[in-house]
Amino acid sequence: MEFKDYYKTMGVSREATQDEIKRAYRKLARKYHPDVSKEKDAEKRFKEVGEAYEVLKDPEKRAAYDQLGMNWKAGQEFKPPPDWDANFEFSGGFTEGDGAAFSDFFESLFGRNFGGVGGFTHGPRGHPRGSFQAQGQDHHAKIQIDLEDAFHATTRTLTLQVPEIDGTGHVSTHERRLNVQIPKGVRHGQHIRLSGQGGQGIGQGRAGDLYLEIEYKPHPLYKVEGRDLYLTLPVAPWEAALGAQVKAPTPQGTIDLKVPAGSVSGRKLRLKGRGIPGATPGDLYVVLQIVLPPGDSDKAKALYREMAEELSFNPRSRLGV
Amino acid sequence: MIMKREIISGLIVDEQMSLSIEELCRACRVSREWVLELVDEGILEPRRRERGVIYFAGTSLQTIQRISRLQHDLQINLAGAAVVLDLLQEVERLRARLARFE
Repeated sequence: MEFKDYYKTMGVSREATQDEIKRAYRKLARKYHPDVSKEKDAEKRFKEVGEAYEVLKDPEKRAAYDQLGMNWKAGQEFKPPPDWDANFEFSGGFTEGDGAAFSDFFESLFGRNFGGVGGFTHGPRGHPRGSFQAQGQDHHAKIQIDLEDAFHATTRTLTLQVPEIDGTGHVSTHERRLNVQIPKGVRHGQHIRLSGQGGQGIGQGRAGDLYLEIEYKPHPLYKVEGRDLYLTLPVAPWEAALGAQVKAPTPQGTIDLKVPAGSVSGRKLRLKGRGIPGATPGDLYVVLQIVLPPGDSDKAKALYREMAEELSFNPRSRLGV
Repeated sequence: MIMKREIISGLIVDEQMSLSIEELCRACRVSREWVLELVDEGILEPRRRERGVIYFAGTSLQTIQRISRLQHDLQINLAGAAVVLDLLQEVERLRARLARFE
């Protein structure tokens, strides 16, 4: 595995004070938090920053990491020397029981010191844990689907990494594959609740649920707004001016569309009920975009000149020029 | 031997679904007290009360997860998180709209 330079990740010098590190974290957390960030790879960066901070904010872990890191550069092939932390004692534990989210590098250094904190998929948030519960924990996962999948129920295979602690406190993950039915009409950001597919129950308790968050892959043709879809449809100038029957794609197949005469660029044609299915299905809006034939041949140039001469047309008249 | 390919299905957690406060707390790993704080703050509205159990619309799941993340990850207080939530919804709406023109 690779050595990770946590100072570099956080953009601080090795001599940074704890306050400086805290400030750097706050700033980066705001920048890369997946809920608010507009950066791509936000989730990945947020995790990296979180891991770096987990080590650097704890003076004990930081000291151990510093000593180890003296001889290593980011990206170098790395293996922790045996007893590398022989003189350090980690009493701090972990802020977040999200062990599975840490890298192999982190695990190899600090994984042993877990101290049995439960909750490996997502740590407790918002409030300290309540009393002992017999029902298994609920788990969360995300799955990407194509827009077309929402138009008819489809089956997807989901591969989950399930973390486990063994007797010695080591975290390992095993793969779990599930065949999940994606219901018709599910929208981006919605969850599907899979009963009993979460964490195992304790004692007589039943298993928890698995909540699957749906993410639409960006579609090359259609833009999604809630239940509605938007399609930009290029049309020729004569089609818009004179009207025409044209073919248009839809998620359910190609259709024949009537372009009304006298259409302007940007005109929206509403295809009711052809959006995302549901109790009230959304609509598909076809937005006309007039495109010009290129004036790259002599013939085309001649036709354009004829139009310029025959039609008295000033597109800038309402600007007063 | 024929391998049976088991297909698991579930329900969409949407407006139509109702979740009890207990189910929400378990799903989101939050306390009951905290969820009631969200109600006090006007962020969540209970849908109905049946035999002493409070039910919320399924969409509350997403709201709770978001606010919980904002509070936990970015140290935003509840009132601030409520404002951020509204702004985020607006931003998402605008981004989707903008994506149409790109």
